[in-house]
Amino acid sequence: MTKTVTDVVCPFCGTLCDDLEVVVSDDGKQLTEVYNACVIGTEKFLHSQAKDRVTRPRLRQEDGSWKEISYDDAAEYTAQMLAKAKKPLMYGWSSTNCEAQSVGHEIAEMVGACVDNTAAVCHGTTLIAVQDIGIPSCTLGEIKNRADRILFWGCNPAHAHPRHMSRYSIYPRGFFTGKGQKSRKMIVVDPRVTDTAKLADVHLQVEQGRDYELLNAIRVALNNEWLPDVVAGIPAQKIREVADICKSGRFGIIFFGMGVTQTLSKNHNIDEAIALTKHLNEFTKFSIMPMRGHYNVTGSGEVLAWQFGFPYSVDLSRGFARYNPGDTSTIDLLARGEVDAMFTLGSDPGAHFPISCVKQIAKLPSVCIDPHQTPTSGVSKLHVPVAFCGVEVGGNAYRMDNVPIDMRKVVDPPAGMLTDEEFLIKVRDRVKQLKGAA
Amino acid sequence: METVTITMKNQPALYLEADNVAPDKFAGKTAPQIAELHVYEGNTTSTLGKYFEVAGNAGATAADTRIVVKGDVKKVKYLGMKMSAGELVVEGSTDLYAGAWMSGGTMLVKGNVEAFAATGMKGGELIIEGNAGNYLGSAYRGDWRGVSGGKILVKGNAGSDVGQYMLGGEIVINGNADVHVMTHAEGGKVTIKGNAKSKLGGQLVDGTIIVFGTIDVMMPGFKFVDNVELEVDGTKAKFAHFIGDTGERHKKRKGQLIYGNLYKKI
Repeated sequence: MTKTVTDVVCPFCGTLCDDLEVVVSDDGKQLTEVYNACVIGTEKFLHSQAKDRVTRPRLRQEDGSWKEISYDDAAEYTAQMLAKAKKPLMYGWSSTNCEAQSVGHEIAEMVGACVDNTAAVCHGTTLIAVQDIGIPSCTLGEIKNRADRILFWGCNPAHAHPRHMSRYSIYPRGFFTGKGQKSRKMIVVDPRVTDTAKLADVHLQVEQGRDYELLNAIRVALNNEWLPDVVAGIPAQKIREVADICKSGRFGIIFFGMGVTQTLSKNHNIDEAIALTKHLNEFTKFSIMPMRGHYNVTGSGEVLAWQFGFPYSVDLSRGFARYNPGDTSTIDLLARGEVDAMFTLGSDPGAHFPISCVKQIAKLPSVCIDPHQTPTSGVSKLHVPVAFCGVEVGGNAYRMDNVPIDMRKVVDPPAGMLTDEEFLIKVRDRVKQLKGAA
Repeated sequence: METVTITMKNQPALYLEADNVAPDKFAGKTAPQIAELHVYEGNTTSTLGKYFEVAGNAGATAADTRIVVKGDVKKVKYLGMKMSAGELVVEGSTDLYAGAWMSGGTMLVKGNVEAFAATGMKGGELIIEGNAGNYLGSAYRGDWRGVSGGKILVKGNAGSDVGQYMLGGEIVINGNADVHVMTHAEGGKVTIKGNAKSKLGGQLVDGTIIVFGTIDVMMPGFKFVDNVELEVDGTKAKFAHFIGDTGERHKKRKGQLIYGNLYKKI
């Protein structure tokens, strides 16, 4: 016999879908089927059942092979590494729950570490812009029920957030959007003809790296000022049309992704996009929202911000929190050789960082805490496998609109495996002893 | 004026935060006292004397103190931070935050500086004989009140984000500048004697940008007004005058909107 667990939260992307149904064996040890999730979410659940899963910590030996060690030994190794370092870097945090993040920050404070999450290579620039000029935002529920002008700028939800359009932004029939897709105008700004762009009413095929100019041009159009004939590859006439479409809506929303946060101008793109949103509010109601990637990167920002005052790239090395991306951000710390130990949890920098930074990780004393075998575990000295958050342990996560959602445990982890939080508590207690703190 | 010379003898393994290397901090101290000032390497606090050879006593006040920094200080941050008077000479290149928040005195770097030089500067003079990194003369992260006074001269090139949120003061770059010049600025003047790339004066409220060379891409929010004759640093030439950013908010004076100005040499 099997049983079905309903209202399961998907621990994959920032959309944090909460309507999944998961079929598990009667003893709660095996997960057999997943319903309602997108293909990526389904894989995330089913992957926890992989037969070749690593279930005990492994320490790299001189000859490059792995030696299985106990969780206690792994915690000792991690605590020693962090306590000895002059400037350790504790990176990741986006694929774990807020409870584990909080324990991690306690450790960071004791050892004087730099704490950074995946926003450093993702929406960190958004956070810079938000600090610079603020953000008029809303929840995904408001968008479902009210939004009739949807802009996707430099993002491709059809592939990266597969259920975003069907649950919140384009297709659902909401309270004031009873006709669903028909009641909405969809504008996509992307240099490529993506699968999202193919669905759009208007696709602005912007020249690469010229988003800042295009955003500025829309603001100029709103002010009825002179425009050059072509801006960023888009004719002025088209820009004025788009400005009119935005103005004529009852409730508009700009969603944006890596296409603007990590291309030329970075934080300035978002700065200008927020300024445009503010500008549009002189005509109608408009909001703006980042398409956050990892399911709990938003939560990491929230927890860091309420504990240290800054949402990412926090440097605690001198005993107080400092923040200045460019100086305290992970890529710069690694590329410049500013840190002497690397601790990774709930992220895979090995697969996403510039190769010079990955080489630097390989040179440093390093610990990788991850349920999977990843390129990061491949270059780390110690790999600590843990239970899958959102599958084998619950906990709190924040959706891309800053709404906290409690995740559910659906199956047991393999016998004897620890969760992120349990392992971090072991490390924290050992660091406390080493540092002589009460 | 008394001169204190500090010479790098033991390179830090990581990077050194030397925010005590400024005439204000050295003033009234003897060489051994200066060697006892704190420096920070990661989470470890130690003394200046551990890394530097200190020679000479400081003057009674900051204004009477001249500091010469010798040796390789490419991994030293915060040199000249918050200096208000006196002189600081760095013989080579240095790292982040050179002359950050300085309010007076003169700082001369004979090599290059990395990012965030003269962050939040209020006064004084910073001269960089080599190149400057990104965020030269910008506001500190998250602050909307940037450089409000002082003068910066870069003899080489500058990186991106020169003069972000600038309120006053002057920056002269003899070479080229990367993207984003005077973003969000509400005053001050930036002169680029070489070429500029793009995104000059984005979200500019007020202030002046002068470019002698080429501009790869103009911001759409800048419109041509007329050609004018200007004298800049002793050079008389004809410039095309643009105003903007027309997409941004602007103050009014006598019922007229006040725009930022961009002059490009013809």
